[in-house]
Amino acid sequence: MTARIGVVTFPGSLDDRDAQRAVRLAGGEPVALWHGDADLQGVDAVVLPGGFSYGDYLRAGAIARFAPAMTSVVEQARRGLPVLGICNGFQVLCESGLLPGALTRNAHLHFVNRDQRLRIESTDSAWTNGYESGQEVVVPVKNGEGNYVASTEVLDELEASGRVIARYLGTNPNGSARDIAGIRNERGNVVGIMPHPEHAVEDLIGTAGTDGLVFFTSVLKALVDA
Amino acid sequence: MSEYDAANDSAGPLPSGRSFVDTVARTVETPDLDQPFLELGLKDDEYTAIREVLGRRPTQTELAMYSIMWSEHCSYKSSKVHLRQFGDLPKGDRMLVGMGENAGVVDVGEGLAVTFKVESHNHPSYVEPYQGAATGIGGIVRDILTMGARPVLVMDPLRFGDADHPDTQRVLPGIVAGIGGYGNCLGLPNIGGEVVFDPTYQGNPLVNALCLGVMPVDRIQLSAARGVGNVVVLLGAKTGRDGIGGVSVLASATFDADGPTRRPSVQVGDPFMEKLLIEACLEMYDAKLVEGIQDLGGAGLTCALTETAAAGKSGMRAHLDRVPLREASMEPHEVLASESQERMLAIVTPQNLPAVLAIADKWGVLATAIGEVVEGDRLVVEWHGEVVVDVPPGSLADEGPVYERPYSRPADQDELQSTDLPAYPRTDELQELLLRMVASPNLCSRRWVVEQYDRIVLGDTVLAWPEDAGVVRLSESGLGIALSTDGNGRYTRLDPYAGAQLALAEAYRNVAATGAVPIAVTNCLNFGSPEDPDVMWQFAEATRGLADGCRALATPVTGGNVSFYNSTAGTAINPTPVIGVLGLLDDVARRTPMGFAEEGESVLLLGETRDELGGSEWAWAEHRHLGGRPPAVDLDRERVLAEVLVSGSRDGMLSSAHDLADGGLAQSLVESALAKGIGARIVLPADMDPFVQLFSESAGRAVVTVPRSEELRFTEMCDARGLPCTRIGVTDGSTLDVQDVLSLPLEELREAHERTLPALFGPLAGGTAPSDPVATAPATGAV
Repeated sequence: MTARIGVVTFPGSLDDRDAQRAVRLAGGEPVALWHGDADLQGVDAVVLPGGFSYGDYLRAGAIARFAPAMTSVVEQARRGLPVLGICNGFQVLCESGLLPGALTRNAHLHFVNRDQRLRIESTDSAWTNGYESGQEVVVPVKNGEGNYVASTEVLDELEASGRVIARYLGTNPNGSARDIAGIRNERGNVVGIMPHPEHAVEDLIGTAGTDGLVFFTSVLKALVDA
Repeated sequence: MSEYDAANDSAGPLPSGRSFVDTVARTVETPDLDQPFLELGLKDDEYTAIREVLGRRPTQTELAMYSIMWSEHCSYKSSKVHLRQFGDLPKGDRMLVGMGENAGVVDVGEGLAVTFKVESHNHPSYVEPYQGAATGIGGIVRDILTMGARPVLVMDPLRFGDADHPDTQRVLPGIVAGIGGYGNCLGLPNIGGEVVFDPTYQGNPLVNALCLGVMPVDRIQLSAARGVGNVVVLLGAKTGRDGIGGVSVLASATFDADGPTRRPSVQVGDPFMEKLLIEACLEMYDAKLVEGIQDLGGAGLTCALTETAAAGKSGMRAHLDRVPLREASMEPHEVLASESQERMLAIVTPQNLPAVLAIADKWGVLATAIGEVVEGDRLVVEWHGEVVVDVPPGSLADEGPVYERPYSRPADQDELQSTDLPAYPRTDELQELLLRMVASPNLCSRRWVVEQYDRIVLGDTVLAWPEDAGVVRLSESGLGIALSTDGNGRYTRLDPYAGAQLALAEAYRNVAATGAVPIAVTNCLNFGSPEDPDVMWQFAEATRGLADGCRALATPVTGGNVSFYNSTAGTAINPTPVIGVLGLLDDVARRTPMGFAEEGESVLLLGETRDELGGSEWAWAEHRHLGGRPPAVDLDRERVLAEVLVSGSRDGMLSSAHDLADGGLAQSLVESALAKGIGARIVLPADMDPFVQLFSESAGRAVVTVPRSEELRFTEMCDARGLPCTRIGVTDGSTLDVQDVLSLPLEELREAHERTLPALFGPLAGGTAPSDPVATAPATGAV
């Protein structure tokens, strides 16, 4: 049976169809979910896509966390549902309390879109188990508020428990603390990543290659193994 | 308010207090009231014409409407007689909707149609760079949405004053941030455009915005309001006082030093609202709930009401007091003139109204029934039960004044064309020259700009900046389009007829270089004041050149935009027709990129190089020289070159292709080498000055690379079609080496090419050093 991966569309979501395509290319069945509907249709995992949910008003992700769909996502994530938040989705996960810390305005104050080298730091998650630990990959970054911040204690705890899943190599594109590009929760089912793996899934499209596809094949594997 | 102002107001012909509104009934009581038509930009004879149309004096509100709709921006009164040439061109077999609607529509096969258009937002961007540029994107996107299409990409041809001039420092960062801020938030990839610096644009930057959308052929929407009893629904943002006078104050008059005091005439954008509006409208189209639709752009509700009524040859009654307002004290003429962004006007049957309101509600979009289609042929606008407007809508929309503006060849044109070029440099100076040229503002890397744009959202971007043309996939079958915009104000200044054709030829060539077949044209014609006979001559020549060029290349014009009054301190800008060419690829997997792909492949120069440096980047960058004649135009050659580039791509013979334009062969080689970090050894033919071979800007040329195994087949194809093809070298190593002329490591070229804009406008985001391997070596990615 093909795994069904939900992609939540909020008002202002932009990379939702792109995430659906990535799920399909990885071999999963994408399911469109609507922010106003608490019913997650029994999906096996959820992607919170990139974009500007609710126009990023107040703070990026701050309003989206109150969407009925998010209430269900938070509840089921606490029971182990794999959830991947990409870019704006990462911001929503932090605002929802599923992941610690926050994402603030890029240190240089510009939106930046470029292909970014990353090192996969932890393969111990539902979304990165297909990578080699320490593997270097190229995934595009495109954000205006991707500067990850957290208290020293939280950062130390993330490092100590192996919960930093990816780090920027070369230039840190947004000023994130300790070059952090993505983190996971204790259990490893919830991952937030600022770069866009769903935009590195086809050789033909963009210039980054296909390194990002493994995020989506990883979750399919995790679901089979579970 | 000073005493003087107060006295002036109360003594004025049309008091503007809230308690008083000029109605049609009142015009009978005060038939000869003095009206401020001159202040509103109308001429004596235009005011007389309005009185004739109405058979009475206009109300205050009507007068405001005529002044807007008969402005240059809305009526095209100076350009219309010249633009007719485009309408006379053969339509070809792909054009579904031509000029006259909001944007032309082209059939691309598989049941899909594409609509695209480029527009200017020059003056607002000068006054308020961020919002001016942002709402330029917003406006063109709504034009595309209005046709029934989902917008899928944007491009921005931009022109600024000298790169180090304070005004450029003031406007460029805001304009780039505004384009990014709006386009990124809408989720539209920005796949190309131009950044050009020239002092002629100081104090009058050109901010043109292009959008392309795609739709099933049977979803095309038109703007006509038809069907008595149908409901007129205003969708989107509330109406405020922003942008009042945008078209008449900003776009239809010469600019002066008080620009920044006109900020209230610039609209303020909300891309989030526009995103919701897009999704809501597309859902309504798919459910076939809309009889007619029109975006609200320049001239706001005035334009939308009159154009939908005029197009449908219908009567219409609108109730202005139902329009949701941001500011309750707004007067009727303000409501009608407001250019508040993110609004659309839909014509809906009463049966479909509940479904339309439900979709709007789902997306959080305000939807208000503000009127209805009625019997007859009048547009009647009421305000709290009183009639403030009662006009034949066609008199506003279609029957505005048309001028045959006088024109004459500028007195200095002959002198300009006969100016001698500066002395050419010696061969031993060319290495240093190349390093200066690739770092010059017009030829240096645009990374600083384009990294602020999302180029990949929607997941269909096959090629984007710095490629010759953007390429986007439209369907899973691989069907896709290529788009390029080009313009050269210097060439056009030297010879407007040739300059327009050179811009067309370059865009056409750029599209063909990717392997796409060029099929249609859009344009944005940026010129000075039409009241200046010199400028009008430039305009007449450029439009004639463009029309002749489009006929020769069999690429119909699907639509466009004219921007006049681009001048500051009495000096017109260089005439700048920006031409967009659309190409079609049946399979985007066979697109040809511009970067050298492999070592050991043959480098072939297609076309002929002549001693043509008039108006060139070399003459400008090195000597600030503008004179002589631009390169010769040979459109038959352009056609053959395009056919060879397309065939080479179809048959899988080409590894790379890059057109030659500004900066000539030298610039093209550098860009192709830097793309993936693969160098070349070049041997120039001995029969011509190496300087001319490297820096001449002769048109109709491209550099391609082919694997050795394909070389014979490819050169035979060129021979058979009569296209000159010269083997000039081989891709190799990490140096660009031109035998006996220059030898430069790619890293040195890259450093020179990349440093200029960060040095002028601040470090790249994150302070990327040019030596960063990923950020600078697109072999693994990056721009």
